[in-house]
Amino acid sequence: MLRFNMILLLIVVVCALGVVTSQHRARKLFQAVEAEQERARQLDIEYGQLQLEMSTWANHPRIEKIARERLHMVAPDALGRVVKADPAAGRRGR
Amino acid sequence: MVVRRRPQRGHRFTESPVLQLALQGWRSRMVGLLLMGAFLALVGRGFYLQVINNDFLQQKGDSRYLRDIEISASRGKIVDRNGDMLAVSTPMKTIWAIPGDARQMSGEQKRQLAGLLDMSVRELDARIAVEKTFTFIKRQVSPEVADRIAAQKFPGVHQEKEYRRFYPTGDMTAHIVGFTGVDDKGLEGVELAFQNSLLGRPGSRTVIRDRRGNIVEDVGATRPPQDGKDVRLALDSKIQYLAYSQLKEAVEKHNAKAGGAIVIDTRNGEILALANWPTYNPNNREKLSGAQLRNRAITDTYEPGSVMKPFTAALALERGKVRFDTVINCAPGRMTIGPATISDAHPHGALTVAQVIQKSSNVGTAKIALGFSPKEMWDLFDSLGFGQAPNLGFPGEVSGRLRPWKNWRPIEQATMSYGHGIAVSLIQMARAYTVFARDGELMPLSLIKIDDAPPRGTPIFSPQTARELRAMLEMAAGPEGTAPKARVPGYRVGGKTGTAYKVEGGVYARKYVASFVGIAPISDPRLVVAVMIDEPTAGGHYGGDVAGPAFSQITGGALRTLGVPPDAPVQVAAADSGKGKL
Repeated sequence: MLRFNMILLLIVVVCALGVVTSQHRARKLFQAVEAEQERARQLDIEYGQLQLEMSTWANHPRIEKIARERLHMVAPDALGRVVKADPAAGRRGR
Repeated sequence: MVVRRRPQRGHRFTESPVLQLALQGWRSRMVGLLLMGAFLALVGRGFYLQVINNDFLQQKGDSRYLRDIEISASRGKIVDRNGDMLAVSTPMKTIWAIPGDARQMSGEQKRQLAGLLDMSVRELDARIAVEKTFTFIKRQVSPEVADRIAAQKFPGVHQEKEYRRFYPTGDMTAHIVGFTGVDDKGLEGVELAFQNSLLGRPGSRTVIRDRRGNIVEDVGATRPPQDGKDVRLALDSKIQYLAYSQLKEAVEKHNAKAGGAIVIDTRNGEILALANWPTYNPNNREKLSGAQLRNRAITDTYEPGSVMKPFTAALALERGKVRFDTVINCAPGRMTIGPATISDAHPHGALTVAQVIQKSSNVGTAKIALGFSPKEMWDLFDSLGFGQAPNLGFPGEVSGRLRPWKNWRPIEQATMSYGHGIAVSLIQMARAYTVFARDGELMPLSLIKIDDAPPRGTPIFSPQTARELRAMLEMAAGPEGTAPKARVPGYRVGGKTGTAYKVEGGVYARKYVASFVGIAPISDPRLVVAVMIDEPTAGGHYGGDVAGPAFSQITGGALRTLGVPPDAPVQVAAADSGKGKL
């Protein structure tokens, strides 16, 4: 009887230690997840900022200014244009 | 047998005299009771802590390590039909302070902080001189600057994340996109109109933090944040730029007070461009005047002038009162109705109905209009949407002014037929022209991109009438018409000029509103383009001279952007092109 109890006690202690370690590991992993999620958020923010920057650089007035002043481009006249028809634009779907 | 008994040197334990002492029984019971009492006290205390006072203690414990964190949600983006950004939120920092703590900063620290925040030390002192527990030092500080401030560890200075709205397209789309206040509250334009769907709803979660402030566990319910929904406008930023830059050029060239331009896709009523001048930069709204803020195309009315004429002509054709080539005598260019006389800018002789529109004869139009009862005219204007707000969901839409027909006098009915005595907004006028572009259907307009089937229009005229009107409008934009400058190389276009006197204090002043509303291409209309220039003072004041060229540039560029195949031989127009915008 005594031996049986001792075995049970041992099992209980082992289980208790197991709970402690797994809780610890779970928290470590949770922290890692948190850190990654934070990184994802940061990257998302950075993506937004880069998009903003891109649209600031690519705005039409700036493009026209550079095309005209730096690259000395001109718009072609009607003769120099080839209009590629958008198939949807040709006929009205009615 | 002699039993030698061991001499008794003591007593047997049980006979110990001490035991013989008769202790009073209550003493042992007393000890027992005391111990029991103490034990009960412990149990009682335990019960008190664990059961009765549990909530309070649990709360105290939680407050040591449980934290509610708010998860911020960002405001939705506003993008154009191709996904180009028109308004984006990006995180910034707010620098705030606990004034009592912040006053402990040394002079050197104050100078540093003020320098980083681009403010004077005196300003900073004023901010932290208040007797409060919280004060803003500066809002919307860039993350880089905020990081440098955090690194300095100024006493009592803290920071918090917030969002700031940026408008990459700036003044070009200012009126339609609008702007938000500092707390993500839409104040103007689409930002205000779609405030509810743009607004993000922050979430929250309850977590356990360890001693170092790391989050170690999620407990309880988390409420996920809901980011605001993106709004995709029908606007095409290329066409918008075109409209904006051409409008600006026209306003500056003619030294005008203001102007507006609208481009509508006739297939589904989408607003592809809506520009106003003067405008403002929504990213920097320090010195704004009401004139800059006004979205004239939607919130201002004007007397449209001759742009109105085609509707009267269409009604006459529709009712069979006249035909395309019915001759109307417009000589001698004047006409007296009751006490008033109306006149043409250039006197004409006999004109067909088509020529009345082409040459824009007031007398001719008035003669056609007087063939109707006031109610018939009123019904026409009403069905075209004049006198009603256009229902775009845009803040500040005006309904214009269309007086009830019961007290119209004949002179009023005549002047209304050529656009005086009736006030409309530019967007109402552009919308009304969809009836000619759409074979007689009036289209509802949409600021938002339409992905599913186009909405149904309301039939006003028969397709036959619309086709005949298109032919008249093409004549008006032809070499013999009032707006030869509105022609577009490579495309057949049609439209009507308007040169209206402005009403000031109830009388007509020598100030004009020049406008042009047109349709292109005529063979299969795709666009309605409306241009309005308010008070041109240099280089002419006629709609054809002032608004016509801008119409031509905007329409040509927009048609090419949309990939609409040319429907006119290019050679015809090659001579007067070549100055096109990109």
